[in-house]
Amino acid sequence: MSELQFFAEVLTGGLLSGLLYALVALGFVLIYKASGVFNFAQGAMVFFAALTYVGCLEKLPRWTGLAADSVLLVWLALLLALAAMLLLALAIERLVLRPLVNQPPQTLFMATIGLAYFIEGLAQGVWGANVRGLELGIQDVPMDWVLDHTGMIVSRFDLFAAGVAATLVTGLALFFRHSRVGRALRAVADDHQAALSVGIPLATIWRIVWAIAGFVALVSGLIWGARNGVQFALTYTALKALPVLILGGFESVPGAIVGGLIVGASEKLAEVYIGPWVGGGVESWFPYMLALLFLLIRPEGLFGEKHMDRV
Amino acid sequence: MKLAFLSLFCAALAGCVAPGAAAAEQFVPLLSFRVGPYAATGSAIFGAYIDYLQYINEKEGGVNGVRLVWEECETEYNNARGVECYERLKHKGGGASVVMPLSTGITYSLIDRVAADKVPLVTIGYGRTDAADGRYFPWVFPMITTYWSQNTAMIKFIGQKEGGMDKLQGRKIVYLYHDSAYGKEVIAIMDEQAKRYGFVPSYIPVAHPGNEQQSQWLQIRQVRPDWVILSGFGVMNPTALKAAAKIGFPRERVLGVWWSGAEEDTQPAGDAAKGFIAAGFNVAGQNYPVVGEVLKYVYDRNKGNMPDRSRIGTVYYNRGLVYGIITVEAMRVAQARYGKGKALSSEQMRWGFEHIVIDDKRLAELGATGFMPAVKMSCTDHEGSGKVRFQQWDGKAWRVIGDWIDADRELVRARVETSATAYGREKGLNPRDCAKEQ
Amino acid sequence: MLYREAGQFKSSYADDQRIFPLRQDRHAFWALLAAAYVGVPLLANDYWLQAILTPVLIFSLAALGLNILTGYAGQLSLGSAAFMAVGAFAAYNFMLRLPWMPFPLAFVLGGVTAALAGLLFGLPSFRIKGYYLAVATLAAQFFIIWVLTKFPWFSNYSSSGVITAQVLSLAGYKFLTPVSKYLLVLICVSLFALAAKNMTRCAIGRAWMAVRDMDVAASVVGIRLMPVKLLAFAVSSFYCGLAGVLYAYCYIGTVEPEAFSLDLSFRILFMVIVGGMGSILGSFLGAAFIVLLPIGLDHILSALPGAWLPAGFGSNLQLMLFGGLIIFFLIVEPQGLARLWQIAKEKLRLWPFPH
Repeated sequence: MSELQFFAEVLTGGLLSGLLYALVALGFVLIYKASGVFNFAQGAMVFFAALTYVGCLEKLPRWTGLAADSVLLVWLALLLALAAMLLLALAIERLVLRPLVNQPPQTLFMATIGLAYFIEGLAQGVWGANVRGLELGIQDVPMDWVLDHTGMIVSRFDLFAAGVAATLVTGLALFFRHSRVGRALRAVADDHQAALSVGIPLATIWRIVWAIAGFVALVSGLIWGARNGVQFALTYTALKALPVLILGGFESVPGAIVGGLIVGASEKLAEVYIGPWVGGGVESWFPYMLALLFLLIRPEGLFGEKHMDRV
Repeated sequence: MKLAFLSLFCAALAGCVAPGAAAAEQFVPLLSFRVGPYAATGSAIFGAYIDYLQYINEKEGGVNGVRLVWEECETEYNNARGVECYERLKHKGGGASVVMPLSTGITYSLIDRVAADKVPLVTIGYGRTDAADGRYFPWVFPMITTYWSQNTAMIKFIGQKEGGMDKLQGRKIVYLYHDSAYGKEVIAIMDEQAKRYGFVPSYIPVAHPGNEQQSQWLQIRQVRPDWVILSGFGVMNPTALKAAAKIGFPRERVLGVWWSGAEEDTQPAGDAAKGFIAAGFNVAGQNYPVVGEVLKYVYDRNKGNMPDRSRIGTVYYNRGLVYGIITVEAMRVAQARYGKGKALSSEQMRWGFEHIVIDDKRLAELGATGFMPAVKMSCTDHEGSGKVRFQQWDGKAWRVIGDWIDADRELVRARVETSATAYGREKGLNPRDCAKEQ
Repeated sequence: MLYREAGQFKSSYADDQRIFPLRQDRHAFWALLAAAYVGVPLLANDYWLQAILTPVLIFSLAALGLNILTGYAGQLSLGSAAFMAVGAFAAYNFMLRLPWMPFPLAFVLGGVTAALAGLLFGLPSFRIKGYYLAVATLAAQFFIIWVLTKFPWFSNYSSSGVITAQVLSLAGYKFLTPVSKYLLVLICVSLFALAAKNMTRCAIGRAWMAVRDMDVAASVVGIRLMPVKLLAFAVSSFYCGLAGVLYAYCYIGTVEPEAFSLDLSFRILFMVIVGGMGSILGSFLGAAFIVLLPIGLDHILSALPGAWLPAGFGSNLQLMLFGGLIIFFLIVEPQGLARLWQIAKEKLRLWPFPH
């Protein structure tokens, strides 16, 4: 295999993983846009969503008497998981966000950390600590056609996941650009007070956004869960999303995608080409160093909004 | 569910509210963790450990009539919490019989403390490897086998598979490891073996937590190794197996260490795990008399600790039983010396651990033939066995392949002594003279 | 009634500059110090010394460090644990390689090394602000731990990659008992808490707060941003580094680099936010809260008849309660525990006759 081929393979793999990072980052961006909160609990939500889905799948045959392999079961479990996320969103808005309205960002940030603990305890308390597998019906194997023609390994599952991520991001970007709710959301992001004064219901917008973030968490939970198993480590996906956010800008949906692609590709290339020189394992810090370099040039992220400081 | 609650109620009654004050009691503190990233491991191992203690109480009314009592303390796998739990429980109930934190980090935090408090610290399959030298670490017991022993046994296993150690010449072995002190520990000993047997090692680290391994496996694909040794932890394991499947690397040539080879590691990987081989100092399965006995005396009486009975007989559950067997054996040994039917102090327990002899005959009596290796402890040797057995995942369950494989004890021991001596020098310790002790 | 300030006048500049302008506060403070220095060593058992008080003090010092950076100078940092690691590993290497060095000097040098590292990773703060600045400190967090694991020189080629704290001895006295270690930690913490309090009251502290409140405005009134921000990074990292040294030498003993994980960094940040940003007292309250609350919950739940909880659920319940209580406290008082304390004091002025 030629050097160039190998490079292309690493690059493709990196870009595809990058889209998965973007998927998780998307949840953060939505909430940051709407409520200016850096939602530390996003990782916990991913875990909770996936665990609820798998847990329902396990318990449903006993509850409903359906056959364990019926298709209905999958949809029912999905529906239940979605309902759980919706419920969670409503509860968060009512019990956490509303009492803390108008507080400084670090207080809200701290509250989401408390939330993360709560959700982690709830998830494992309700469904148990077992590690579970999750099958989405798409094999994580190389695509023969690509392998035969280019000698490169491109996983069918990764391609599928990337497709899901891309669709979701495009859909959400369009939704926020053109729908009423989307416009209201942007108004809220711009200025809470002004949005309130023109009659935009702040609480409703928050509920909608947290519910959508819950949905995004479910999707990322399912995809990451199918890759690595449904276990506590799903909360670590948030770690992968951090440099993406910083690079892409906290407020930008397309930024999450571009940031994801850059982080995914560069960390893989760095591990393969720089790693061996320094003993490997550079993936842990390389994305952050890269983001740092980017930020030195553009301090508000690639797509972040420029803030004017007025004295 | 109701039944489960009821059973737990009974278990808790038996565990916490010990009947009467007449009978002697032996206190076992449990530095357990049932939340957080490692909850799956913790709940199975500590659940099994409690089940085994319960089994001894149920079947024999305790060790020679000394009932076992215990108390759990949640460490969250966090060093500070672990220290707190240890300090809270160390003098309780007449002194802690043993401390088993099931976390290398907490083990490190306790090494100085147990020496000062005179409490035995038993770390089976984790912890500080060079503590196997009992002369410098009288209170620490990294029992049965250590990471170094395991590594040498793995190389022997590869040799067997290749048809002799001389066939290792020129073979390529990739060591894919969790990029931490845990993963790096065996690199030096592997290098030494590479020199001796002529295989070509390459070391590829995976950054924590290891839920992305594409670049590593593409590198492995470039190397085209004959074998991959996987030294992972948690989510890193299923991810590695999936990635191996993706590049088409045969899973029959991936060897996992004992923290990579449980149902928790293979099930999430689905079909990708089929054929994967892992080392262990215990095996999986319910078909061992000891597991059957626990089921009979504990679960059939609704006193089990595991809410989910399907986890009984898994690798981690059975590992917890091994921890229980070792603890209770130490009590028997110590009671034989210090008086049968009497509660033991922490110091007497230490003597017990140091003099455990579990030979094949004893294993058969325990119902654990083939379940765990024979163990023989001594003042100098706090490891006691070094044997490892390999199992293969057939897609549904672990199947034992081959017999116990002995570590290269000479090689390991030399390194242990060098390292322990260096530790002693740094700390200004004088080694015990084992010849003088009986 | 009991807590009255009437009749207490400031009649000199010295009076005006006291840390505790009120007599009652002063008395309470001295009583607290006396209790900490005399009462505790006499009365506390090993459990309290080793498992409760020592860690609370050490984490208070770390929280104090982060509070200087985040609470006073307004620069968010998620890398405190890494600076603790630098301190611990540096002090270890100083004592290992220069055996003649008395340990207090090694401790201070450990802190200084951490300060230098902090200075380096503080450089980007000149251009980057807010959440984005967190990336620089996150880079520090991951990079430093990676370096300490990757290069065995730092752990003196220890086979397990860990450092083992040497025995501390000064003029023939060996710090072996829990009491001696506790007192050592207490001395360090009280000295540096005093230093921090005074720093925040003098010119540099006011410059930090000006930068925090609005850095453009601060530069307009003539504060040079770069040195002020960098000094905050250096001082903060020094405190964290020293906390790391104490963590290794007086608390844990043997340390692996992974002990200083991102998780610990977050924990220290929680302490600062829960305790109160920009408050010395808040750092102590926050550290006590974050360290003690889970322990307290564990005590309470294990004292309950465990029967009504399935195995493992109790631990999860603890976690849920912990998270819930954090949210609850933030809702009750978003400014942190220090503010709660202040409110309590104001209520005390009138109590028990509010009318």
